[in-house]
Amino acid sequence: MINPFAPVGRVVIGVLAEIGRFAAFVGRAVAACFAPPIFVGQFWRQCAQVGYFSLPVIGLTAVFIGAALALNIYVGGARFNAEQFVPNIVVLGITRELGPVLAGLMLAGRVSAGIAAEIGTMRVTEQIDAMTTLSTDPFRFLVAPRVLAATLCLPLLVAVADIIGVMGGYLVAVNSLHFNGAIYLRNTFQFMEPQDIILGLTKAAVFGFIIATVGSYQGYNSQGGALGVGRATTNAVVGSIVLILAVNYLITAFFVE
Amino acid sequence: MSTPKLQLVGIKKRLRGRQVLDGVDIDVAPGKSLVIIGGSGVGKSVTLKCALGLMKPDAGQVLVDGADVTRMPQEIRARVMRKFGMLFQGGALFDSLAIWENIAFRLLYADGVSRKDARERAIEAMRKVRLTPDFADVRPVELSGGMQKRAGLARAIIAKPDILFFDEPTTGLDPITADAINDLIIDMVKDLGCAAVSITHDMASARKIADEIAMLYAGKIVWRGPASSIDSSGNAMVDQFVAGRADGPIQAVV
Repeated sequence: MINPFAPVGRVVIGVLAEIGRFAAFVGRAVAACFAPPIFVGQFWRQCAQVGYFSLPVIGLTAVFIGAALALNIYVGGARFNAEQFVPNIVVLGITRELGPVLAGLMLAGRVSAGIAAEIGTMRVTEQIDAMTTLSTDPFRFLVAPRVLAATLCLPLLVAVADIIGVMGGYLVAVNSLHFNGAIYLRNTFQFMEPQDIILGLTKAAVFGFIIATVGSYQGYNSQGGALGVGRATTNAVVGSIVLILAVNYLITAFFVE
Repeated sequence: MSTPKLQLVGIKKRLRGRQVLDGVDIDVAPGKSLVIIGGSGVGKSVTLKCALGLMKPDAGQVLVDGADVTRMPQEIRARVMRKFGMLFQGGALFDSLAIWENIAFRLLYADGVSRKDARERAIEAMRKVRLTPDFADVRPVELSGGMQKRAGLARAIIAKPDILFFDEPTTGLDPITADAINDLIIDMVKDLGCAAVSITHDMASARKIADEIAMLYAGKIVWRGPASSIDSSGNAMVDQFVAGRADGPIQAVV
């Protein structure tokens, strides 16, 4: 007789095994970040890939989100005669939530997929094996520079996104909603607290870590040629997004309490 | 009798529920070239990966210069890797690096040699494998298959290894380029005085580069002998493989 619980059990065991493998991978990646040799050239190259080349996409996302946010808050606030709170809520929404989350989601698509595809291709074409035979630890040469670069660059990108997002709200408020520019900026700066910035940048660092580790994990374990690399890339994007959204809630809840 | 440079003793490996290696025993002496032949999927690459430490065998030992390196911690095993040079089937050159950086990878990133010295040594290695230094600054994708093999060979020999491994060195090459690669392998092994282990199903290549040939089938070495006696092995499986016949004790998987 077929046991109806067997398929469920198999899935649960599979998920737990995957979590265990990912945890072991993360542990090895973190250890590689702090154990010499540190490949400084690789780190700077990844900073350029993750940070500098992501600036356009982050900037465009932030400016449009800031502008749309200002319009929505204006419409919502008008129902309670609270239109004057547009600058306060825009800066709060951008710095605490939208800046880090949207930057994280955009980079999950751009960076995590790129890492998975690059490392995955190296895996299926035996380049990672070749690196090992050349007495170089792939974790130190490939994974650690990406994890460090993403963890350090994402807060910088989010800081830029915060400024551009607030400016997007400012431009719409001043040009379309007829706010006074000086008063808008004064309200923005008066309302903003250091904790809002710290929360946003903390989230950004954690999201950067997630993006790099999930992308590297999927790429490192890819197998089966082009199909396997494609699957690794998809899994990296989906896994990063789900983890970012879940961890975003946990960090927010921690800071609120 | 001198200690073998490399020795595999009773290596067993199971992958995806299939017993790929079921007690493989091989050894190779310094200055000698051993070629392992066998059909597709019999475990030649797995044997090589176990020898290199890229895969951990389920049972058995890998001895390098008589020392068991099978279950060494990764850090110590990395030091043993310095004795190895490997030419991968597809070249396995790093796409993002120039040819000279590929060849000098070990010098640059494992041995801490300066870029200037590493480049000089890479160009010297390129000359040894008859690859013109004009290609030093191009990316692997710009080279033909034969040139990529030469670059891979230069990378394998640059640090003067004690043991050279060749994974299907002539696969995918035209007969003339394949023969040129075979000549290079013979020259390099002679020059360095190292032990060489190759896996191939190209009999022309095996005859040319091997001192000894071993045949792998069903996870075991079923025959081993001098390359000169491959045509009179007295083993039905070897005879079938060498003749390239579909009928015989080995069942073709199609």
